[in-house]
Order: sequence, then C-alpha cells, then structure tokens
Amino acid sequence: MPVPDTGGPLLAVRGVTLQYKTEERIVTATYRVSFDVLAGDRFVILGPSGCGKSTLLKAIGGYLKPVEGTIRLNGHTVEGPGPDRVFVFQEFDQLLPWKTVTENITFALTASGKTGNGEAAGRARRFIDKVNLTQFSDSYPHVLSGGMKQRVAIARAMAMEPEILLMDEPFAALDALTRDKMQEELLQLLGGTQSSVLFVTHSISEAIRIGNRILLLSAHPGQVRAEINGPGDDAVDDTGRKLSERIRHMLFDGQTTGRNTTP
Amino acid sequence: MNGHAPRARPEITRHVQASGFDVVERPLGLGTRIWNQSAVRKALLLVVLALVWEGYARWLANPLLFPTFTSTIAAGARAIVSGELPRSTAFTIQLLLKGYAAGLGLAILLTAFATATRIGGDLLETLTSMFNPLPSIALLPVAMIWFGLGDGSVIFVLVHAVLWAVALNAYSGCRAVSPTLRMVGQNYGLSRLGYIRRILLPGAFPSILTGLKVGWAFAWRTLIAAELVFGVSSGSGGLGWYIFERKNQLLIPNVFAGLLTVIVFGLLVENLVFRTIERRTVGRWGMQT
Repeated sequence: MPVPDTGGPLLAVRGVTLQYKTEERIVTATYRVSFDVLAGDRFVILGPSGCGKSTLLKAIGGYLKPVEGTIRLNGHTVEGPGPDRVFVFQEFDQLLPWKTVTENITFALTASGKTGNGEAAGRARRFIDKVNLTQFSDSYPHVLSGGMKQRVAIARAMAMEPEILLMDEPFAALDALTRDKMQEELLQLLGGTQSSVLFVTHSISEAIRIGNRILLLSAHPGQVRAEINGPGDDAVDDTGRKLSERIRHMLFDGQTTGRNTTP
Repeated sequence: MNGHAPRARPEITRHVQASGFDVVERPLGLGTRIWNQSAVRKALLLVVLALVWEGYARWLANPLLFPTFTSTIAAGARAIVSGELPRSTAFTIQLLLKGYAAGLGLAILLTAFATATRIGGDLLETLTSMFNPLPSIALLPVAMIWFGLGDGSVIFVLVHAVLWAVALNAYSGCRAVSPTLRMVGQNYGLSRLGYIRRILLPGAFPSILTGLKVGWAFAWRTLIAAELVFGVSSGSGGLGWYIFERKNQLLIPNVFAGLLTVIVFGLLVENLVFRTIERRTVGRWGMQT
C-alpha cells in the first residue's frame, strides 16, 4: 500500500493514559505516554512487568480505548482492531487449531479481504518458505513445536503486509536457545523488507538486539523513562558503560537492584 | 558450606558420531501395530463378553431367566426375517430423530442467547441446574396430559432429555474459546457472524461434540424407557414396546434380542457416527478433551 510520504510519523502516540478494570479496582496501566514510530522502524517497548507495555500495544491494536490522549496511524485515529495493524501474540494458541499451517495464513488473507482465494495460496506458500516451514505447510499446529508455531504466526502476520507489525513478547514462551535463533531469523526476515515493527519485550538483551529505537517504560503506572537509539549490539558508550548497563540503570534507578546494596 | 574451591579439571571436547548407531528409529512390529488399534482390542472384548454370556447361560440352563447368546441371536434373526424387529426399530429411530432434532434446535437458540448476553447466560445456567437433574421420564405423565397419547408427548420428553445436555456443553465450550483466538478474529476484521462461524463454533466444537454425544445417549435411553412404561401411548409399537410385549408372552430370548438391538444401535452410533466425526475433527486438530 503506497503511503504518502508526508514526513510525519507512521504511528503517533500522544499523551496516552490507559486504565483497565479488574473485579475490585481500576488500574492505571500507562500514564501520558507519548512516542513516534517512523516507517521502517524496529521500535521496541521495554519495561519491567507491570509497566503496561502489553496494554499499550493492545490499545494500539484497537482492543482498548485510551481514557486520555490519542493514537494515530498515518494520521488517522485508531478506532478498533483492523488488518492494517497485525498482531503476533505471545501465546501459541493464536493459530487456529482446526486449520493447517497454509490454511491459517490463507484464512487471514481472505477473512480480512486482503486477497482472493487464488492469490492467498501463492502468498501463503511464499511466506511459509521464508520461515523455513515448507515441509510442514500441510501440518496442523498441534504437531509443531513452540518455535515453529511462532514462525507460522510471524509468517501469517508478514503475509498480511500490514502498515505496522505489533509483536507482543512473541518469543517470551520459548526456551532460551530457540529464542536466540528466532531473534536472528526475525532480523533476517525484516532485513529484506520495509516493514515497520513495534516489539514489546521485558528482556534487555532482546531489546538491544532487535530495536533500532528503544522506549523505556517505568512501572506502576507506565511512564516514558527514556527513548534511546539501538545500535544493534551491546555497544560501549563514551563514558565506558555498556548499553545494557545504561538501560538497567535507567529502569531501576532509585531502587535497590541487588542483595549487596545495603540501604 | 565448606570454604575451599572445587579442584581444577581439564576441559573436554569430543567429536560426536554421525552414523553407525544400532537403532535411531525402527518401525514397530506388525503384532504391536494391530494391538494398537482400539477397534481390534474392543472387538476382542466383545467376543469375550459373548463367550462369557454363552457359558454362564448354559451352566444356568434356565432359558426363562437367562437365555443363551446363541438362542438370543436365533430369536433376533427370526424377528428380523419376520420384519417385526426392523419395523419397531425403525419406528423408534424416527421418533428419536424427531426429538433429537427438535432438542438441538432449541439448544442452538438457547446457547446463542446465552453467549450473546449476560442475562441469557444466567438464564441458561439457572434452567439447566433446575431441569437437568430431573429425569425426563418423570415428565411423561404430565406430557401425556398436555399432548395426548401420540408422538407429541414422547417428543416433548425427548426434547427435555437432549436440550440441557447439549446447551450446557455448547455454552461452556463457547466460553472456553481462548481470548487470544477472539483477538485474532477481530484483528483480521471478521464480522460478528464471521467470528461465530469461523472462530467460535470450531473453537467450541470439542465441547459441542461432547454435548451431542451425551444428548444422544440421554434421548436413546429416555425413549426406550418411555416405550417400556407407556408403550401403547405412541400408538404402534417401538423397540421398548416390543421388549415389553415379548416379556408378557414369556418369549425371553426375544426380550434379550430386543435389548441387544438397543445395545447394538448404541455401539453403532457411538463408534461409526460420533467416533468418525471426532477423528476427522477434534482428533486431527489435536483438540481432544
């Protein structure tokens, strides 16, 4: 889809406060969060658990309305869920168990009206090849490993060619070795495209590896602590500190971070 | 904890073998594979049960109390040839299908209402907890007052037998569809109807199928009981009436043949119809509950 290059951000989040209700109370998940995602960004939202990062992503996905502030995609306010912002969830059950790998992708393409049946099949095959699952294209999800399921979910999302991919800790439920491999593969997949990605994680090393821009959120409620550039590795800055140490310091400043620090 | 460090050890690196293992993968033997078929194991069980029946009846040697398996089969074969057993079975089955279909229709309405609104859910839960424990057969006297002695009263009782089991299972199945799948459906822009058809129904299908199975069993046993007790009510005789009548005539092998027909139909529907549906859907999808 050709985007008129107005120089404006692809996604503009302005002063967004989010609240959700539980059985007993109203919880403020984020407080007046603002940031811009530019086209082609690999934008990472990083924060400890309870900083509202997943809630924020759901609001951008259109599942939740902000009580304050606006979310605009290409200048249009987000009103509800839609196929221009495709999700990759953390849960393995995001694949429809009653559809094969191929059918899961063609379902997404046809249900959203993105393509007709004929084109959907070809596109599904192309993206299944890209995530190296060619020999599993007719398998049902339950025979796949966790990593393979996430690859299918990523293939399905990328086949939709959305304006922006929303990834909600997609590798958090994987074992460490698989996670490492998946991060590598994701970077390769994204390398060949102009896709814009918004990636939520609680892992500092994952944020550094994936993101070209990293937003740090503080917890309870989530507020922007910093927005920093990601060089793609754990570089040492002028003051001789590693990026990961800087991030860790910003996320946990003012708090005791280890048992060896006495108050 | 003692203070000294563990002793130093050299590092070890090895090359792993690429081939020459005894077994990496080996197909199972033919006998094991045959024994792994549940149909084979169950068929064998049936044969054993028939043998036990035959042996016990011969030892008892009292055909009025407990006829042998062979004489039951012979009586059944004669009744099939004469046409009376097929006729009463057909009568029972068509009544059963009518009641089952009506029950399903009502269950669909009730479940739709229950999943769409919260008050509908409350209604379904309340009604189910009130009526599900009530044996359907207990309603037959009232039903006969309301609907007369024809098919109507029996169908009413069948609806009661089917409705609650199916509706309750379908409802809990719909509620158990994962929120992630719901979000996936919304993400790809499905309409409300599209969501129900393409996400909710298949997602709830394992529970729906359980409901269908339980409902079928309830209907079947309710109908036989209704015919046994109030057989004449449904005009011409069904299978239950056949059993009742033969007992009065002291044709005990025929009574057993009638009972056996009930059992055989239960086995057939369970193993051919429901098992096939199950294998082709929830089994293949890995959603077996």
